[in-house]
Amino acid sequence: MPDLSINFAGIKSPNPFWLASAPPTNSGYQIMKAFDAGWGGAVWKTLGVPVVNVSSRYGGVNYRDKRLVGFNNIELISDRPLADNLREIEEVKKRFPNHAVIASLMVQSRQEWHDIVRQSQDAGADGFELNFGCPHGMCERGMGSAVGQEPKILQMIVEWVMEVATKPVIVKLTPNISDITEPALAARRGGADAISLINTIQSIVGVDIDQFAPYPIVDGKGTNGGYCGPAVKPIALNMVKNCAQHPDVNLPISGIGGIENWRDAVEHILLGASSVQVCTAAMHYGFGIIREMTSGLEQYMVDKGFNTIYDFVGKALPNVLPWEQLNMKYKVTANIHAEKCIGCQLCYTACEDGAHQAIKLNANTRVPEIIEENCVGCNLCSLVCPVEECITMDRTDSGTEHLTWKERVAAGTAPTEFNDERAGGRYHWVPEPSAALGKERHKTLPGKARIYSGETEAPAEV
Amino acid sequence: MAEFSTPTTEQEFAQNFAQLKPLMNRTEALYESSRCLFCFDAPCIKACPSGIDIPQFIRQINSGNETGAARTIYEANYFGNACGKVCPTEVLCEGACVYNLQDVKPIEIGRLQSYATTKVIASGKKLFGPGAPNGKSVAVIGAGPAGISAACELRALGYVVDVFEAKAQPSGLTVYGVAPYKITNEETLAEMDYLQAQFGYNTHFNSPINSREELVELESKYDAIFLGIGLGKTNALGLPGEDKINCTGAVEFIAELRQQHHRIAVGRKVIVLGGGNTAMDAASESARLGAERVMLAYRRGKDEMGAYEFEYDLAKGVGVSGLFNVAPLEIVGDDYVAGVRFIRTETIDGKVSEIANSEFIEPCDMVIKATGQAKQTEFLSLIHGLQVDGKGRIIANAHTGQTANPKYFASGDAWNGGAEVVNAAAEAKLSARGIHAYLSK
Repeated sequence: MPDLSINFAGIKSPNPFWLASAPPTNSGYQIMKAFDAGWGGAVWKTLGVPVVNVSSRYGGVNYRDKRLVGFNNIELISDRPLADNLREIEEVKKRFPNHAVIASLMVQSRQEWHDIVRQSQDAGADGFELNFGCPHGMCERGMGSAVGQEPKILQMIVEWVMEVATKPVIVKLTPNISDITEPALAARRGGADAISLINTIQSIVGVDIDQFAPYPIVDGKGTNGGYCGPAVKPIALNMVKNCAQHPDVNLPISGIGGIENWRDAVEHILLGASSVQVCTAAMHYGFGIIREMTSGLEQYMVDKGFNTIYDFVGKALPNVLPWEQLNMKYKVTANIHAEKCIGCQLCYTACEDGAHQAIKLNANTRVPEIIEENCVGCNLCSLVCPVEECITMDRTDSGTEHLTWKERVAAGTAPTEFNDERAGGRYHWVPEPSAALGKERHKTLPGKARIYSGETEAPAEV
Repeated sequence: MAEFSTPTTEQEFAQNFAQLKPLMNRTEALYESSRCLFCFDAPCIKACPSGIDIPQFIRQINSGNETGAARTIYEANYFGNACGKVCPTEVLCEGACVYNLQDVKPIEIGRLQSYATTKVIASGKKLFGPGAPNGKSVAVIGAGPAGISAACELRALGYVVDVFEAKAQPSGLTVYGVAPYKITNEETLAEMDYLQAQFGYNTHFNSPINSREELVELESKYDAIFLGIGLGKTNALGLPGEDKINCTGAVEFIAELRQQHHRIAVGRKVIVLGGGNTAMDAASESARLGAERVMLAYRRGKDEMGAYEFEYDLAKGVGVSGLFNVAPLEIVGDDYVAGVRFIRTETIDGKVSEIANSEFIEPCDMVIKATGQAKQTEFLSLIHGLQVDGKGRIIANAHTGQTANPKYFASGDAWNGGAEVVNAAAEAKLSARGIHAYLSK
């Protein structure tokens, strides 16, 4: 069996799955329950001066019948007295000495940082996560993302912490910034042992269109919250990659954002994370999801022949390049496998209205046809197709040529003027604008077209 | 052993005749509407005789705009709620759903449709209204799907409309002929009330038009007359013993069932003659009323029955058995039905012939004839110039509904020979437009 254990910047854990600092790690009770269920570690709900929260704290984004594809919260850090949390940290560590218990911290003054680091160390925490990410409430008080957005202040606080910390220090970064590597570099300069990202994204998760107020509603009003859940994974993956690829960051990364199954975790790991943190999925489905995550990860490692997590940390990074280094000679063309087609014609309308008019309809069949010379290989049709493997994007170039934008610029073959003959779309066929008018009227205005226009038949297919 | 015990209360009746397409709740409607692919040039729309923009109303339900969904439905079909429940969706919209080609369950379009319309009916929300009065008036004969649909559309166009109905309630076969497990009387009549409140046509129940004098009066009072008269009684078979007690026509049996529910009596052993959808209904209904044995007798083979496959499955599902390749010769018994004398048949090159010396008597205590409805030829002969085809169907222009007597327009079963509620609703809308075009000349 593969070895799932990790040693993350000196913090050991039986598997890479940690609960992120959030409501599921609010108490020793929850963390013991999670460890009992199979979680490898937990980042305690952020310790500091206890807060007072509002009632009505979470909001969700549902997509059709799927609940919580996005999630946001306006809850603050721990509202429990520090001593209670520290006592429970100690208790958890006694019962689970080999699991990772990380204290998330957020205070203001140098003295407070020193005090809380020392006390957490004494309680037995395996490491610290400095919360420089919270984008709601705490940032208004100069903490959380307010720090994460100011690399100099971030560095200074890390330095304060390093003055007293004897356990590994992780800096949690906010995504509410234009270049995530700036605070990552500041953490590195300050002497941090690792970074974790992303914290939540500043968000308004929706508006109640009857009450005219943003969710979650607190007595008729609302405020921006922090966005997370499956919807944020793509943003998180990109930021993890940015930090992992930056030569000067060079710190272990704990990947956070949209992880709810083993596949999401593997994606984070392939882009450079060596531990992953989960919150929304545990809040949605409970701690039991860990069984699917560990078994899926294990199976993946067996299938791929990986013995440890480190066999594939960052394995996709060499394949993530700047756009200008992609091979422009590579060409794929859509191929509709007629025997699988169910005739929904979503590919047709997507290409017709949303892409390059490279799919046509023929009389007496619902199966659309690719106009190969118009197909730019954008993938759109294959993405909207509801049938697995019905539209494949097949390689049509020789596979022997390689030319990048960077090389074209260097060779002086890239278009440089507004009406450059070398424009990529110069010889690409585009219909006359007026050909659009009324083209699909009989198909897109069904009942009405049939009865009210006086026509009872659709015009003959062209 | 009978599948069902004889219902003795309204509650037991409702259990035996549980709705095949029960009302969805919001969660189910959300889940089901979420599955719709929103096909381009959707096949479901083409399969709908009334051309309802189905992907549109499903998307409206999905986004929480049930009112808009109902409007989409009613704009195309005034019997939107009834059609969602009684349409043979398996062979229409749902049969055309592209999911079928992927062996995935098709979208439950009918139930989604009724989900939206039921909401708007229950709320009484105003969606439509009469058009600006144009000073003209139209008489509608028959308050069935054709008549009421024509009335709605004509009101929207500004006509004064008087609907004359022989029976006591509107909606025709929807309340007098459709199987009770497809739609309840309450649901049917609620939609009728809703439509009348929206459009404001006048209804005259228990007002049959059956004399030349009455027609002449209508002709003088109204600018046009719409015939939505449907079909007549069950065809007589011309068999000896057909007049015995407990030998009844399917149409009459079902009409009584719809009005009387558990208060009507069914035989212990019932033979239903016929192989069409009405035969399937009558057989299912007999079983659900607690008959011990119900047998469908059809003169050709099983595969040649006119009924939809799902209708036969439904009958089989409640314990109905089939007796194929038999022709009835006589209803036997004294005053009461005691059995049917059959002769076996064979079908060669599509022609049915009797097999000599193969007669037998199948005992039963009730016979239901589901052998087609007669045309109302006698009444139609009262209308000057009106023409009917060889099958007794009114001849009228398919796009305008206009008959050979230009003042008369016709749609529905009387014109198409007997089809679904949805066909009548769609045709009548066109006829109303035809009347408008004619009177606007």
